[in-house]
Amino acid sequence: MSLFYDARIRAFLYQTIAIGAVVFVAWMMFSTASANLAKQDIATGFGFLARQAGFVITETAIAYEPTDTFGRAILVGIANTVKVSALAVFFGTILGVLVGIGRLSHNPVLSRLMLAYVEALRNVPLLLYLLLWYSLIISVFPPVKQAIEMLPGVFLSNSGLVMPAMRWASGLEALVIALVVGTVAAVVVTRVLTRRRIATGKEMPVATIAAFAILLPLTLTLLSADISVSLDVPELGRFRLTGGYHVRPEFVALLIGLTLSASANVAEIVRAGIQAVSKGQWEAATALGLPRSRTLKLVILPQALRIIVPPLTNTYLTVFKNSSLAIAIGYPDLVMVSNTIMNQTGQAIEAIAIFMAVYLGLSILISLVMNWYNARVALRER
Amino acid sequence: MKKRILQLCATAAGIAVGLTAFTASAATTLETVKARGKLICGVSMSTPGFATADAKGHMQGFDVDVCRAVASAVFGDPEKVDFVLTNINTRFQALQSGEIDMLSRQTTHTFSREVSLGLDFGPTVFYDGQGLMVPKSLGVNSAKELTDAAICTLPGTTTAQNLSDFFRSIGGKFELVVFESPDENRNAFFSGRCEAISSDRSDLASIRAVANNPDDYVVLPETISKEPLAPSVRQNDSNWRDIVSWSVWMLMAAEERGITQANVDEMAKSQDPEIQRMLGVSEELGKMLNLDNKWGYNIVKGVGNYGEVFERNLGTKTALGLTRGPNTRWSEGGLLYAPPFR
Amino acid sequence: MAQFEGFVADPTLMAPAARPPARDRTWLSAYFGTPGNAAITILCLGTIFGLAKLAIGWLFVDAIFSGTPAECKASSGACWPFLSAKLRYIFFGFYPFDEQWRPLTAMLLFLGACGVSMMPRTWGRALAAVWIVVILPTLYILMAGGIFGLTPVPTTQWGGLPLSFMLSFVGLACALPLGIALALARASSLPAIRVLGVGFIEIVRGVPLISILFMATVMLPLFMPDGITIDKLLRAQVAIILFAAAYIAEIVRGGLQAVPKGQIEAGHSLGLHYWQIMRKIVLPQALKKVIPPLVGLFIGFFQDTTLVTIVGLLDFLDTVRTAMRDPQWQGIAVLEGYVFAAVVYFFFSALMGAYSRFLEQYFRTTHD
Repeated sequence: MSLFYDARIRAFLYQTIAIGAVVFVAWMMFSTASANLAKQDIATGFGFLARQAGFVITETAIAYEPTDTFGRAILVGIANTVKVSALAVFFGTILGVLVGIGRLSHNPVLSRLMLAYVEALRNVPLLLYLLLWYSLIISVFPPVKQAIEMLPGVFLSNSGLVMPAMRWASGLEALVIALVVGTVAAVVVTRVLTRRRIATGKEMPVATIAAFAILLPLTLTLLSADISVSLDVPELGRFRLTGGYHVRPEFVALLIGLTLSASANVAEIVRAGIQAVSKGQWEAATALGLPRSRTLKLVILPQALRIIVPPLTNTYLTVFKNSSLAIAIGYPDLVMVSNTIMNQTGQAIEAIAIFMAVYLGLSILISLVMNWYNARVALRER
Repeated sequence: MKKRILQLCATAAGIAVGLTAFTASAATTLETVKARGKLICGVSMSTPGFATADAKGHMQGFDVDVCRAVASAVFGDPEKVDFVLTNINTRFQALQSGEIDMLSRQTTHTFSREVSLGLDFGPTVFYDGQGLMVPKSLGVNSAKELTDAAICTLPGTTTAQNLSDFFRSIGGKFELVVFESPDENRNAFFSGRCEAISSDRSDLASIRAVANNPDDYVVLPETISKEPLAPSVRQNDSNWRDIVSWSVWMLMAAEERGITQANVDEMAKSQDPEIQRMLGVSEELGKMLNLDNKWGYNIVKGVGNYGEVFERNLGTKTALGLTRGPNTRWSEGGLLYAPPFR
Repeated sequence: MAQFEGFVADPTLMAPAARPPARDRTWLSAYFGTPGNAAITILCLGTIFGLAKLAIGWLFVDAIFSGTPAECKASSGACWPFLSAKLRYIFFGFYPFDEQWRPLTAMLLFLGACGVSMMPRTWGRALAAVWIVVILPTLYILMAGGIFGLTPVPTTQWGGLPLSFMLSFVGLACALPLGIALALARASSLPAIRVLGVGFIEIVRGVPLISILFMATVMLPLFMPDGITIDKLLRAQVAIILFAAAYIAEIVRGGLQAVPKGQIEAGHSLGLHYWQIMRKIVLPQALKKVIPPLVGLFIGFFQDTTLVTIVGLLDFLDTVRTAMRDPQWQGIAVLEGYVFAAVVYFFFSALMGAYSRFLEQYFRTTHD
């Protein structure tokens, strides 16, 4: 009896029971599943990944043909998911910051309008918005035969936006390398100059130098390398526009939906972050004679950023996970591709396990990157 | 607080148990169905002609009538069936897990499905093939002209694969637009997002039937695949499989023998030994299936014969306006051939 | 899914609202004080005016209020006969037509009971008892039938708004205790239990709800021993509960962290053991702090239940969607259904949002 009251023994007991229960349930599930699969003659294992996929994916962020493998098809799904979430995060953040600042404007019309925007987006399910945007796009814009030619070569219809594309015969690699080199150089130069300015107080034309650092390698490459490029202008074929670069309505509807929902959340986070900066900071800046816009930029936003970053991480993760709603409107993201594979091979467990693992892995990656950024902007106590 | 939570949980658990159906693992499907007093049949969602609900939620359609025929065979009442709307993702799992007793959902009988999904298929109830439908205004007469067109289709079926094979064989390309739900798929086609829509020909007829003006659309002549649609049941329950198969054959045989919903009482007096066996007047075929001996009579009384089921749901007088095509008696050059009842 | 993370992570819940200093000005100068300000005002008014004109034109001026699908097709405005024709289907799905008074009664009873329970004055053991002994069984009997001469209605025929309410409400009610348990596990001093808690919470939060729903509807049946089948609705419900529990656990963890350590130490010095400390000291304080964000979370669940349409359950959004694709209205009611659904979702979400703010205020001003 006294043994039971020994804290260490009790701790050991509890933990053993907990782990035992989990292991037991997992084992039960595993054994019944394998028995069921064996009894019903359902294939198992990941061997199907190397088999030929045989289905078409229309929107591909990386090269893909129906003769490629199932594994490649999954990669295409991942690339599509990442593409749409990254763009939605980018646009959603910009829009959200603007709306969040607008919410705090002294102008009552602007702040009320922004409040209405945020409330309208946050109180209606995203899935409903996605279906609504998609319906709007395909019912408001004309069919492809009567596509609106907005600019020469740029067509808008309910099959999306088609515009001229650049087809690189050669020289693309050289240009990309030059751009990367230039950007790295610009970042380094900016940092060195900023540090010098802090140390010596000397103002330098940082922006000009940085622009120069980017442009110089590009210009040199343009002049020296063998570059040939042709413009692929879309033409109206028998049924639709052929050639050029297609932005499909499924992608647009998903991007709009994700961007708007992200922007509403970002706006709330930014507003709350700014409001959380103490009033004294505003007063101090005003006392120094800084105008409102510069106060916001130089005093308030850097401090608000510290409060903003953790919830912002959550919003970004949400956008990433919400991109799985693509399946409702036919954008071939990871879930949709896995779903097709699941139906073709009948291997539900493997297909679901793959896409859950990918989501989990990428979620952790995003968290890590944002934590690293958070550590950078966090208050450094001296 | 805690107590309240515990109580809440207890209630929830109570409700959960109420919703969970425990069935003894030894029971055969027939025993389970009989004990339940109802057949549970998986059908598709909103496919006019095959499975739709009227304004009052009463299900009707070709696939639905196949379920009703089995319900008639088991219970003598075509209404003793509950329908579970399955979508393309969940249809086989619903059957494998025992959520439904049979699947009657425009499902193509293929080798890999029968061999690797733990299913047994019954006889083909509808001989179909994949086709393409376009608006008349497009001025297209053959699927081969559809190079570079956008084609709407449903995911997860063999449809996309067949299309891809077809266009590869003619050396063309096409843009595939895939939708999760049949409703969205239809809507996208009607809105002009795609030039063509591809599915089984029967399904195309069903899609055409719901267009605002069905005459604006035309199904192209090419059939790019074989799609024998058949009901399916779980593997390893041969009694149940026999019941489903012979219920379907009963529909076909009744048509061969000229037995209809209207004249079945009359026909029961027939001196023809096979008709007598079918309608349970002589011998004991029903008993051998563990059913009531009047099972055949009940099927025809409940839903009619194959021809009646077809004409009622899909035939030329309905919105779908399908002709019998290959789905007619073998004696008239069709593919329907019920094995003899003896 | 998880649109609610914005609600949860809203720093206003922790930080006092501090408005930047406002100078005294007349109302006119607030709108037109500077040229820039005037431009903003005019731009905003222009936007509002444009949107209002578009909306009023579509909703009222060009709209058809009664008539046939053909008349609707000819008009460019909204088609309201669509709603009146399909309203019962939109609300109740395939629930047997003659029995639809049952889900209606159930829904009204549920909303009424919720309305009463939203008043903090009514909180207590009695209320919980009433919910468990009277309301929930009544709701279940009304929906499922089988006794008191009510025809049994299988869950496969449940649909529409009652289903959405059920999925979100039962989801939260059952996820709450599980979430609290997970939060305690995560804060536990026993490493194995902590690891299990963290593992569950992080895995569930790392994947989209749709994948958990897929798992529950497609994969779970394969894990069940022979002969046991679980209702599809229940499977989706379990998925929502597990998903919700992980998010609740994170909120409750915030509440637990906000309870000063001294409280626990005081409990120890009184000789209380772990469960007594948690039940009588820590949880009451922690839970009170997290009630407002939990209501915010609930708004998210209510909206997230729309995802069950992807796994083939007929929730409210799904009935709206299928009603719009009804052959009679195909291509005619393109937006009406979505707009109507948006208004319904907005109404309930905004109501709960307002309630969440009220609770925040209430807890800030009362010290009981």
